[in-house]
Amino acid sequence: MDASTPPAIALERVVKFYKSVAAVDGITFRLSRGSITGLLGGNGAGKTTTIAMIMGLVTPTLGTVSVLGAQMPKERYRVLHRMNFESPYVGLPMRLTARQNLSVFAQLYGVVETRERVAKLAADLDLTEFLDRPTGKLSAGQKTRVSLAKALLNDPEVLLLDEPTASLDPDTADWVRERLEHYRHRHGATVLLASHNMTEVERLCERVIIMNKGRIEDDDTPQRLLERYGRETLEEVFLDVARGRGTHRKVAQ
Amino acid sequence: MNSSDVGVNFSLNRVSAMVRRYWYLLRSSWPRILDLIYWPTVQMLMWGFLQLYVMQNGGLFARASGVFIGAVLLWDILFRGQLGFSICFLEEMYAHNLGNLMMSPLRPVEFIAALMIMSIVRLSIGMIPVTLLAILFFGFNLWSLGLALAAFFLNLMLTSWSVGIFVAGLLLRNGMGAESLAWTIMFLFLPLTCVYYPVTVLPDFLQYVAWSLPPTYVFEGMRTLLIDHVFRANLMLEAFVFNIVLFAAASLAFLKLLQSARVHGSLLQEGE
Repeated sequence: MDASTPPAIALERVVKFYKSVAAVDGITFRLSRGSITGLLGGNGAGKTTTIAMIMGLVTPTLGTVSVLGAQMPKERYRVLHRMNFESPYVGLPMRLTARQNLSVFAQLYGVVETRERVAKLAADLDLTEFLDRPTGKLSAGQKTRVSLAKALLNDPEVLLLDEPTASLDPDTADWVRERLEHYRHRHGATVLLASHNMTEVERLCERVIIMNKGRIEDDDTPQRLLERYGRETLEEVFLDVARGRGTHRKVAQ
Repeated sequence: MNSSDVGVNFSLNRVSAMVRRYWYLLRSSWPRILDLIYWPTVQMLMWGFLQLYVMQNGGLFARASGVFIGAVLLWDILFRGQLGFSICFLEEMYAHNLGNLMMSPLRPVEFIAALMIMSIVRLSIGMIPVTLLAILFFGFNLWSLGLALAAFFLNLMLTSWSVGIFVAGLLLRNGMGAESLAWTIMFLFLPLTCVYYPVTVLPDFLQYVAWSLPPTYVFEGMRTLLIDHVFRANLMLEAFVFNIVLFAAASLAFLKLLQSARVHGSLLQEGE
């Protein structure tokens, strides 16, 4: 990659205050293009606010956020058509069929040959048989697949995922992870994944950023984090950080 | 203000995507369609029969055939125009779909354009049958007002969109806590814009308020047309000027509220 190419996502000393509470407190990181990174942290750690600032939904109080070289939120319309996201907490209109929802979003993202694109994604994600059912009548797993199809409609270069497998059974969750890996390898997309599922992060991510109380507590590959904390699993590392034992254990090492 | 909210690259394609989205919703639900027709019909019938009764007593109303029905139909254009706009916006909040839209390349100005189109679509579904029923029941033909009706309609729609845009901004900033405003804000206009009585009925200080609201000119113009058979174009022009000011102010308020929502993180919270 050209050295002058801006990183896919870059946050520089970003602070976000809600009134007097710092939801994000001076975080800096850069994600190179084609990378897949996990954003870990307990409830209230600042993950959602961080992702929302990357999406341009929240304006940082201080610092800069850029995506594909565009400042967020000021220049977001330069890059929003090259990004997408998926979250079980953001719904799609329930009365519309999966096909109607996907075709509306395809049009919003300026996808050419909408019908063909929706059909291809439906085939890739095993959606075809329930494409004409109202979205509200689909199971949680089927809805997740529709949301994933929506997130992939525009072949995004940057894909933001907020707990993409929450509330899914292990089989469906595994299936979703497989599709995400497949998409990333095929398109060289940059993926930022916020999750509470440590197994998922260990399996998918080549880098893990751990947040706690709005700050970045650690940032490394899963393997090096395990070594540094002297733990067997990322879940144990996460618990060390969440319970304030992280520094102690790192020093002890 | 964030200049990108204004959006220089307006896309009709994205506007039509949003119109399609609302059309799919509307046609999927017969109660939604029934709701568009039900209340205007009830209102028109009630006021129509009241007018019949009053006309039988002669006097001014004997000459003013249709003044009540005309008022109620024009009021419904104003009220339902805003409601159609606001309900489409609320549908996105009910569906928790705002995040998807705000994260998509859809610009606020395109979103608003789609809501304006849908308010006309919904109004047409509701009002056209009611105007035909008014002919059938009371011999009052709103369409016979011709060019005057077009002027009334344009001015009432501009006001309804301005109020709708302002309410959408409040919903973005304050979440569903502002929902009740979407349903009730227009009722503030009911006494002040003198829908059913002339402006002179109001106390002097309220007359100043009334004349600062564009719909007042429309309702006064309608009465002049139906009672004196004179179309006062100057009233429509004055209403139009006030409407342009109102629309600009509402758009500015919307952009400020959207900017404030981004600062306060309100776009992440579609609930209370």
